Amino acid sequence: MYRKRSFAGTLALLFALCVSEGPHVFAASYTLSGNAGVAKKIDANAGQVISSIPDTLKQRLVACTACHGPEGRATPEGYFPRIAGKPAGYLYHQLINFREGRRTSPMMSYMVKHLSDDYLKEMADYFSNQHIAYAPVEPSRLSSEILAKGQKLVKFGDASRQIPACAACHGEALMGVAPDIPGLLGLPRDYLRAQLSSWSNGLRRTVAPDCMAKIARQLTGDDMYAVTAWLASQSIPQDRLDVSTTALKLPIPCGSVR
Amino acid sequence: MKKNIIRIIAALCLLGIALSVGCIASGNTIGAVLKAIFSEDQSTGQSGLSESELAQPTSQIIERGRYLARIGNCMPCHTAKGSDVYAGGREFKTAFGALYSPNITSDVSTGLGAWSATDFWKAIHLGRSKNGHLMYPAFPYTNYTKITRRDADALYLYFKTVPAVVRVNQSHDLQFPYNQRFLLNIWRALYFRPGVFEAQPQFDEQWNRGAYLVQGLGHCSACHTARNRLGATNEQSDLAGGLMPTLDWYAPSLTGSAHLGLGEWTSQDVFDLLKTGVSKRGSVFGPMSEVVSESLQYMNDQDTRAMVTYLKALPETPEQLQQASQDWRFPPVPAHDKARLLTLGSQLYQKYCIECHQAGGKGMAPHYPPLVANRSITMYSAVNAIRMVLNGGYPPSTQGNPRPYGMPPFRHQLSDDEVAAVVSYVLSAWGNNAEPVSAEEVGRYRSIPD
Repeated sequence: MYRKRSFAGTLALLFALCVSEGPHVFAASYTLSGNAGVAKKIDANAGQVISSIPDTLKQRLVACTACHGPEGRATPEGYFPRIAGKPAGYLYHQLINFREGRRTSPMMSYMVKHLSDDYLKEMADYFSNQHIAYAPVEPSRLSSEILAKGQKLVKFGDASRQIPACAACHGEALMGVAPDIPGLLGLPRDYLRAQLSSWSNGLRRTVAPDCMAKIARQLTGDDMYAVTAWLASQSIPQDRLDVSTTALKLPIPCGSVR
Repeated sequence: MKKNIIRIIAALCLLGIALSVGCIASGNTIGAVLKAIFSEDQSTGQSGLSESELAQPTSQIIERGRYLARIGNCMPCHTAKGSDVYAGGREFKTAFGALYSPNITSDVSTGLGAWSATDFWKAIHLGRSKNGHLMYPAFPYTNYTKITRRDADALYLYFKTVPAVVRVNQSHDLQFPYNQRFLLNIWRALYFRPGVFEAQPQFDEQWNRGAYLVQGLGHCSACHTARNRLGATNEQSDLAGGLMPTLDWYAPSLTGSAHLGLGEWTSQDVFDLLKTGVSKRGSVFGPMSEVVSESLQYMNDQDTRAMVTYLKALPETPEQLQQASQDWRFPPVPAHDKARLLTLGSQLYQKYCIECHQAGGKGMAPHYPPLVANRSITMYSAVNAIRMVLNGGYPPSTQGNPRPYGMPPFRHQLSDDEVAAVVSYVLSAWGNNAEPVSAEEVGRYRSIPD
C-alpha cells in the first residue's frame, strides 16, 4: 500500500513538471509545495500548506490558540478567557493546577497532562508577553442598579461581610499585578461567573490558603451576578494594557501569590 | 439475613455456571479447573537476594528497584491525581465497577511497611495480598508473575525507601457478583498460570530480555491485547490490539501484521516512539502518553532495544483473531451516505488538516504524523481518529522531545457529522481503504478523555 502511494506520488510529480498547469490540477490530492520548498495556498478557503514546521512557540501552541484565539487574544464573545498579556506566574500556576487537578476543566487537564513544568513555564511566558489591544466591549443591557451594585463590590468590597474589594488585590486598574494576580477585565461574563461559582463549590482550587475560595463563599448568587455584569461591561483603554508591577499588601493571605 | 442467603445461593449458581462456561471456553475438563483452584503454585522464588542483601541492601540494589519500578510504571497507578506519590487511591473504572489502587509507600499501618520480601513476592507472583486476599487482576499480576524473585526483591527494597504516607486504602466499589472475592478463584483457574519467565534458548539474549520486559514488568498486554467479557486477555491474540474497555481508546496491534501491527515500522521507528513519544510513523496519545512519559522514556537504550527486538520479531497475527472482538463496532454507514461524507470530508481536510498533515496525508514527521498508511487509522476501530479530531492534544514532554507540538481540538468547531466526514475521508483516502464512520459513532466518543 505504501509502495503504491510513492509510485502515484512520483507519477503526479512527473506530470506536474511536464504540464505547466500541473500544480493546481493536483491541488485536491497533491500539493507540490513540499517538493518546491515554498508555502503555497491551495484555494481561497483552504488552510495554508507549510513546507517545514516552524521551530517557534507560536507553531507549537496552535493547540492553545484554537480556543484562546490568535496569540491568546480571545474576546468576551463566547466562553474562552483571553490569556494574552496575563501575568506569567498566574498563567503558569493555572497550567500546573489543571495538570494536578486543582482546577477542573477536562479539556485543559487533558491538554497539559503530560507536559513538563519547564514547557508549561515557557507557554505561560509566551502568552504573557503578547500585548495586544483589547476588542471593544458591548455595553451591558442590565439595569443601572445591578451595575452600580457590582461596581461598588469591585471597588470597595463589603467590610461588614468580610469581602475585600477586587481592586485591593487585582490592582487599581483591575488589570492584574505581576507576577501572580490576573486582571479581571476583557473576559467573558460566563467565564467570570463560572470561576466564582467554581471557587465557592470547590471545583476551582489553588495552593492553600485559597483566598479566592474564601471570598467566593462570602458572595451570594446576586453578588456574583452583579460583580461579573459590571466587570464584563468595562472597556479597556489602550493606555491601561499593562499589568501593574507594584506589589500590594494583600488584605487576606493567598497561597497562589508569592 | 435472608438477602445474604439469596446472594450466596446466587453466587453459588454463578460459580457453577462460570465453571461450566470456563471449562468450555478454555477447553479444560472441570477436573483440571478444580485442580487449578485448589492447588496453588507455592513458589517462593529461591533465586532471590540473600538474607544479608535484604537486611542491608546496597544503594545499587535500591537504584535497580527504582529503575524496575519505572519500567513497571508502578507510580501512576498507585498515585491519585495531585496526591502523594505511591499513596494509592487512583480510581480505575471497569465494566465491573470501580477499583482503587492501594497505598504502597513504606507506611507500616496503611502501606507496605510491615510487608516482608516474601509477602511482596506473593503479591507480584501470585496476586495474593499479605492478608491472604486474592487480588483483582486490575493489578497486572498475570504479567508480573513472570518477574524473577531477584527483581521482585529489588522492587520490594525500593518501595521500602518510598517516604511513608498515612492513607487508608479505599475499598473497591464493585457490583455483585464481582465484589465476591472468592469468585476470583475461578477466574484464576481459567486465566492465570503463575510462573517466572523462562528464557527461550532458540532466541538470543536481546530477544529474551525484550520478551521478559514486554511480557512481565512492561505488562504491554494489559492494554494491547483484547479482553473477553470477564476481563481476561486471550493468549492467541496476544498483543494483537484491542479496545480498552471504559477508556475508549484502541491500543493498536504490536504484532508483525503489515497494515495493523508494526510490520512496516523500522526498529528505529519503534525505538523513537518508546523513547521520545514521537516517530516517523506516529505519535503517542491517550493512555500511551502516560506510559512513555512516566515509564518508557527512562529505560536505558539497551533495554529499549531489547523490547524493540522482541516486538519486531512477533509474528503476524491471523486476520480472524485480530477481528475476534468486534461487538463494540458501529453499524456500517449506509451506502447512499458514503459519497456525501467523503466529499464533505475532503473539503474539511483541505480547510483544517492539510496545513500540518499535508496533501496526500503524508504529514511532516515526527511532529505531524503521516495519516497515509497509519495503522492507528486503518485498524479496526475508528475511535482513536475520532478522539484525535475532537480533542487534539500533546504527546508527552520527554527528554528526547521536551517541547512537543500540539494538535488543536476541533470539538467546538465541527459538528458530529463534520467530524464523521473528515474522519471517513482520512480513513478511506490515499489507499487507507478503511470503512467510513457515522455521526452517531462520533457522538459516542464526544466525552473528553480522562
